[in-house]
Amino acid sequence: MSTETLRIVWIYPDLLSTYGDRGNALILARRAQQRGFPVEVLEVRSDQRLPTTADIYLIGGGEDGPQALGAQRLLADGGLHRAVAQGSVVFGVCAGYQLLGTSFFAKGTQYQGLELLDLSSDRGPSRAVGELAGDIDARLGLPPLTGFENHGGRTHLGPGVSPLARVTAGVGNDGATEGAWRGKLLGTYSHGPALARNPALADLLLRWATGAQHLPPLDDTWADRLRAERRTAVATARA
Amino acid sequence: MPISRVRWSGNLARVTDAKMPLRAKVASSVSRTAAALSRAAGRGDGSVIGGWLGLKIDPELLAHLSAGRAIALISGTNGKTTTTRLAAAAVGVLGRVATNSFGANMPTGHTSALAKAGSTPYAVLEVDEHYLAQVIEATDPHVVALLNLSRDQLDRAKEVAMMAQLWRAALARHPDIRVVANADDPMVVWAATPPASHDQRITPPHVTWFSAGQRWHDDSWVCPECGSTIQRSGEQWWCTGCPLRRPEPQWTVDDEGVVDPTGAWYKVKLQLPGKVNVGNAATALAVAAEFGVRPFDAVPRLGDVTSVAGRYAQVVREGRTVRLLLAKNPASWLEAFDMADEAPTLLSINARDPDGLDTSWLFDVDFAPLRGRLVLITGDRAYDLAVRLEINDVPFQYVRTFDEAVRAVPPGRLEVIANYTAFQDIRAELDRVN
Repeated sequence: MSTETLRIVWIYPDLLSTYGDRGNALILARRAQQRGFPVEVLEVRSDQRLPTTADIYLIGGGEDGPQALGAQRLLADGGLHRAVAQGSVVFGVCAGYQLLGTSFFAKGTQYQGLELLDLSSDRGPSRAVGELAGDIDARLGLPPLTGFENHGGRTHLGPGVSPLARVTAGVGNDGATEGAWRGKLLGTYSHGPALARNPALADLLLRWATGAQHLPPLDDTWADRLRAERRTAVATARA
Repeated sequence: MPISRVRWSGNLARVTDAKMPLRAKVASSVSRTAAALSRAAGRGDGSVIGGWLGLKIDPELLAHLSAGRAIALISGTNGKTTTTRLAAAAVGVLGRVATNSFGANMPTGHTSALAKAGSTPYAVLEVDEHYLAQVIEATDPHVVALLNLSRDQLDRAKEVAMMAQLWRAALARHPDIRVVANADDPMVVWAATPPASHDQRITPPHVTWFSAGQRWHDDSWVCPECGSTIQRSGEQWWCTGCPLRRPEPQWTVDDEGVVDPTGAWYKVKLQLPGKVNVGNAATALAVAAEFGVRPFDAVPRLGDVTSVAGRYAQVVREGRTVRLLLAKNPASWLEAFDMADEAPTLLSINARDPDGLDTSWLFDVDFAPLRGRLVLITGDRAYDLAVRLEINDVPFQYVRTFDEAVRAVPPGRLEVIANYTAFQDIRAELDRVN
């Protein structure tokens, strides 16, 4: 961590918060506090400068217009690039995931992305809406991903990133892979409060940010029940 | 509002079946019969099946049934069922009113409601926001009320800005329709204002603004006109990049009462809970005024409304007084917390098709107002709610059924807040209470 306090920045909640994205900030803060880390959550609006010294940056989902505007302002601000160069963690969800790449489509136009991840997004043949599940890259040592997706884009990964997961239900990037990661940057189409269903993923981001090899386990009874219920629901829908 | 401003011919001749083409007559009759059969079979309110059959036989049936009636359409994300009920009560000062009072708010429901009502001079119809443009074309309304636009069932609903654009285009095609619109919601103000009158200091003559307050601001930080940031201070809001700003409302809510455009204050004593319903009453009075109804005459009728399609209904069950509150999306959850008493509270969440399949919105609601109450949770998606409440530091108890919840609380009041199908499930347990 850059200081004694774990600093979490939620980027542009005025633009990129369409689907309960606040949840990821709340979940990270709570899980860090329960391990004894002092936490500060900063909500940085699109008319404010982005601090460059935070430990975790969160970018949420959004409609086409706000997504394009958010990308333009982040490019002009430059703060996120400096933070990444200093080793900060970035977690992007849905529109926030797309804009971490080199380009994305919004309102029928191609927009320049932040070029922090080697991927690009275009429009798919149909909107992907529904449960999303996948087996996460074994190197990350996490249980399967579960989430809900709602996006019209398809994302193509370059050699500079690894897929976050192999899709077992839903569409993700292209029906085969879902999300992407490189270093301490990670993006997913599992939208909104993605960490609510994936507490182990929340802990991965916290380990990246704090440098801790292990974090004491927490009581995740309800999250585990939710994960099991969703797994059953996906299996039932497929049968 | 002088009656001369109303647009229909003023000839409120009876809409008799004899005036309709044969196909429409048959369709209307089949529609009524099917609705009656559905009710008799205990399959539902009958408010959808009848209209569906009628429209199959005559796709123009809704237009035929609308002809000759003076119609108000009421649309928005939240409060439309209650506002429709209140507006129908207010317009009832003038004569019989047809209305879709069971919340069946798509063209099938409108068709069924008008067919069932027979000939009435007036109709007040709740319209699903996605269908507003279509229903405007079919019914040629006298007035359209726009309540609010916020996120709701995002896995299938159109995004908020896109919905505002659809409303705006529909109204721009009919500049002769009176519009009653919420000055507190930037998306609604933009939708209600024709593209030619960007300068909001000029209120278009066909628009009447009301202010009913807005608790939820998270879907209107970006200007729908120019994309700049919208600033807020107190009740005022304005775009930082273009002239869009809050218009001066003619109807406002003040101190348990409603202030009309002349500045007269009317005490509104409702049996429905919460400040939000006083706002709905103000909207209803503004709609009725477009037909020439004076608030003085309408206000007593608003106090007669006790519950609306089960919403706010109270039922005694095993010594507990159960009250039902419907909350479908983040904005309406905030309002439900305001309406609910400090009492044991059951929350029930489903995510079936009518609810939207996505539960992410739970994290857009701050459940902190429930701290200190005995909170029980149930429903298909109770586990999603459990995770949310845990993170929100709201202790809770999980129960599998509504009956288990009733037994788990002490005798006295039990508030039930549920989303759409969860609400209907509990209402069914209470014998379809209205």
